[in-house]
Parts: sequence; structure tokens; C-alpha cells
Amino acid sequence: MPLDLSDRVQTVPPSGIRRFFEIAEERDDVISLGVGEPDFATPWAARDAAIASLEVGKTSYTANRGKRELRERIADYVADGFDLEYDPADEIIVTAGASEAVDLAFRALVDPGDTVAIAQPSYISYEPGVIFAGGEVCSVPTSKADEFTLTVEALESAGADEADLLVLCYPNNPTGAVMSEAELEPIAEFAREHDLTVLSDEIYAELTYNGSHTSIATLEGMRERTIVFNGFSKAHAMTGLRLGYALGPPKAINAMNKIHQYTMLSAPTTAQHAAIEALDSCDEEVREMVAQYDRRRQFVLSRFREIGLDVFEAKGAFYCFPEVPDGWTAEEFAEGVLREEGVAVVPGDVFGAGGEGHLRVSYATGLNDLREALDRIETFVEEHV
Amino acid sequence: MSEREVLELLRENARYSTADIARMTDLDESEVATAIDDLEAAGVVQGYQAVVDWDELEEERVRAEVELNVRLDRETGYDDIAERLARFPEVTALRLVSGDYDFDMEVEGDSIREVSQFISEKVAPVPEITQTVTHYVMTSYKENGIEFGDGEEDDRLSFSP
Repeated sequence: MPLDLSDRVQTVPPSGIRRFFEIAEERDDVISLGVGEPDFATPWAARDAAIASLEVGKTSYTANRGKRELRERIADYVADGFDLEYDPADEIIVTAGASEAVDLAFRALVDPGDTVAIAQPSYISYEPGVIFAGGEVCSVPTSKADEFTLTVEALESAGADEADLLVLCYPNNPTGAVMSEAELEPIAEFAREHDLTVLSDEIYAELTYNGSHTSIATLEGMRERTIVFNGFSKAHAMTGLRLGYALGPPKAINAMNKIHQYTMLSAPTTAQHAAIEALDSCDEEVREMVAQYDRRRQFVLSRFREIGLDVFEAKGAFYCFPEVPDGWTAEEFAEGVLREEGVAVVPGDVFGAGGEGHLRVSYATGLNDLREALDRIETFVEEHV
Repeated sequence: MSEREVLELLRENARYSTADIARMTDLDESEVATAIDDLEAAGVVQGYQAVVDWDELEEERVRAEVELNVRLDRETGYDDIAERLARFPEVTALRLVSGDYDFDMEVEGDSIREVSQFISEKVAPVPEITQTVTHYVMTSYKENGIEFGDGEEDDRLSFSP
């Protein structure tokens, strides 16, 4: 074979949801609750700013770390919203989506043979990211019994005390779990005690219902060992504009910037102009979207309970995580509702250890579609369970 | 505050069932029903109607926005004139407004001829009315907060991380 692929690439299996795409394409009446992106359009002011920047020809590279103006706005935003104090000069880097920021962190911090503990179930890209960087993954399963929060017991029994890094994602994709300050405190202590660097993906921070978001980086002694990720995809409905950022100590951010400047050079310029405007003037739209998600969240949770599927009280992001009935695997159930009822949901095991037996149901879809989709799931349950 | 929330949801879609609203607001179904009854009884909720895009219907429906100027005298006030005009079934909305004219009136009919006749024969002769300016609606893009369009397709991937 003329092309000899790297072992790292070959090690990573294809996405567990690829097969579902093909089934979904066989029907034309599929309601998708399988999407991890907002159904709202980017607020107009942000779109206008992007258009205006194009009209005046602002289409060249920006500073590698992102426009200074944007980094300053981000510093103000995270300080006001989440008590995170970072210097725009050397503690913030703007990236092409939070995904790039996560990848940069793995490549900047992971040496071959290093172990990265990942609290799971979680966003599907962490594990491949670790493998591409040459590291090894230590899965730390969370469970419904602990409301899908990470505990020290789980870290210990998974052997995470031997790890070099720990990846957290709260509010969580796919469970919708959040972690309070009291729940994060022992995790922070564990990280300090075992000298773990923490990568905290907080892209859903703004989508925290009935309470405020706490970043682990705000806890004592954590700022110097934590990198926080966030971005504009979720709360600002800017998925396609590809804009995220990382916050961390200068040593880490400078190392990440080194990789970024040799690969991406700088995040998309048009998107950076949109993001400045999004932070300047779109608070009202963000609040309105969050309120809509919250209503849908309550609707979906309540419907699942009526249908008779156990569901954990998701408090963040835009997902809920019901259990499949006894005797079913998540994959069988998800395939069944897709084939018979045309409702797309994602089996929880795709998101790693702890996700088995659950479904990820996204409510980033209009209420009428949600109502119809849940009626169809009810029909499926009545007929088969 | 829950009354306000119920009101917002009814404004969004008056066909949400009390069960739907209960699911969205964390209220009991009976609390939602009571809130709706109270809003109706207090006259806050005056009725429920469909928002119609007439352009999507085969048959013709003509609508016009009419500016009305009136002259008041000692015996006749705005409310008296409004009462008289609002009684016509052709009038679907009537508002006293500030600015260059006094009343903003919406009229509906089955043809331009019908609407024109109504204005010239029923409205213009009202003694206090000094001027009418009629604007026929050509296309409606948004009504009652609902944007009209072809119902944009959701072109997001059916599954995404």
C-alpha cells in the first residue's frame, strides 16, 4: 500500500454515530434530537458586524492569539460572568472553535506515554485528541447515582491519581450535569494532591439553569494548574463561525500559541469581528435563548417522566439523558426509534464510560418538533416495552 | 410572575395545552388552568385567533391600513367615534395613534372593490371624519410576532457531537 497511515490515526475508531446517519437518510420525516448545536441563528448584531468587517475588507490575518480587542472583551466577559481573571496579553488565546483550543492543549501538554484522565460520558473528541497527541486515556466513569458529577471515589477507582491531566466538561455534554462549587472542591484537592493539570471545557457555562456556573479555576490553588475552554458556538449560536478560546497561565497559553501559529496562524478574522459585537451588545439575545432552552428542558424532562423513562434532572447545556428501558441497549433503542418513528437520538455509550443504557436527547430544537418527537417516542415505548 | 410566564407562552402559541404549559413552567396543570382563567376574567386575555398568511391561500383576501383624521366637537370625543367605527365587522383593528393622523384602522374584505366601497360609503360619510388615506396591504412579512416565509429547512446535520 503506497499510503502508510500513522498508528495514531488507525487506533481511533470511526464515530459511533456514523451508521445512524445512513438510517436517518432513508426517511424524509426525521425529527432530529441528535444535534449538538443551537437551532437559533447568530444574533443579528453579530452577523452585521461580520458583514461590515467584510465590506471594508478586514480579511487579513489577525494577531496569532486573536485580536487584542477581542481578547480584552473576553477578559471582561469571563471576569463579570464567572469570576475568572485573565490577562488579555498572555493568558488568553482565541482559536478556531473551542475544539481547536482543546487539541492545542493536548498537544502542548501531553508527551507520548502520558496519561489523561477523562470524566465520562463526555464530548466525543477528547479521547481521540489524547491519542493524536500520543497520550493514553484513563476513563473515569460517572453515574446517575452521583448525578453524573465526578467524585474522588471515581477518580481513585479509575487510577486517575497516576494520571498527568484531567479533563472535565461541566455543564456536561451529553448528560446536562453541572458541578457546584462544593462538588468541585474535592476534585480540586485531588488535582493538587496528585499534581494533575486540569483541562476544563466550559463551553456550556452560560447555559446553566437555576444557578450560576462555577469554574474549577476559581478554586484555591487551581488557577495555575487549569486551562479553561470556552467559545461562541453554544450560548451565542455561532457554531459555523468557528470561534473559541482558552484561558490559562502564560506558560501554557504561550505553548499552545506556538502550535497554533504554525498550524492555524489565527482564528477566522470575520468571526472575531462578530464575536466582539456578540460580547458588546447581544446579552439580551443570549438571555432570551437561555430562557427558551430552559422551557424546553422542563418540557422534555417532564415528558420523559410521563412516558415512563427514568431521566436525570439535567441542569445545564441543552441535553437530557434518559435511561432506556430494561432489556434494551442504548444502541438498539436509538436505532428502533429512528427506524420506526423517525426520531434521531444518540446512544449514550458513544460518549464513553458511564453512558451505557442512556440516550442523549438534544432540545436545541423548536417546541413543536420536540412535542411531536416525544409523542413518537411514547408510541414506540407503548408498542415495544 | 407565573401569570406573566403563562401569558408569554400563550402569546407564543395559544394552542399549547395546559399540560404543555405546566411542563414548561414547573407549575401544576391546575395552577396553569387557574392562571388562564384569571387572565381571561380580568380581560387581559381578550381572545385567541389564528395568525394567517393570506398569501398562502388560493382565494383572495384584501386588507388595508386606513389613516383617519377626525374633527372633534364638544359633544363628540375620540371614544365616541371609535365606538361607531369598531362596530363595523369589516374593521379588524382600530387604534388611536399619535402623529400625523388620529386613527389607524385595519380593514378586511374579499375584494379591493368591497374594501373601497366600505371606506367610501360607510367610513368617509361619518360626519367627524375629515380625511381617509387608504393603504392596501400588498404582502405581509410578519404578523403578531410571527414571521412569514417558506418555513426554512433545518439543514443542520441530524447528528453532531
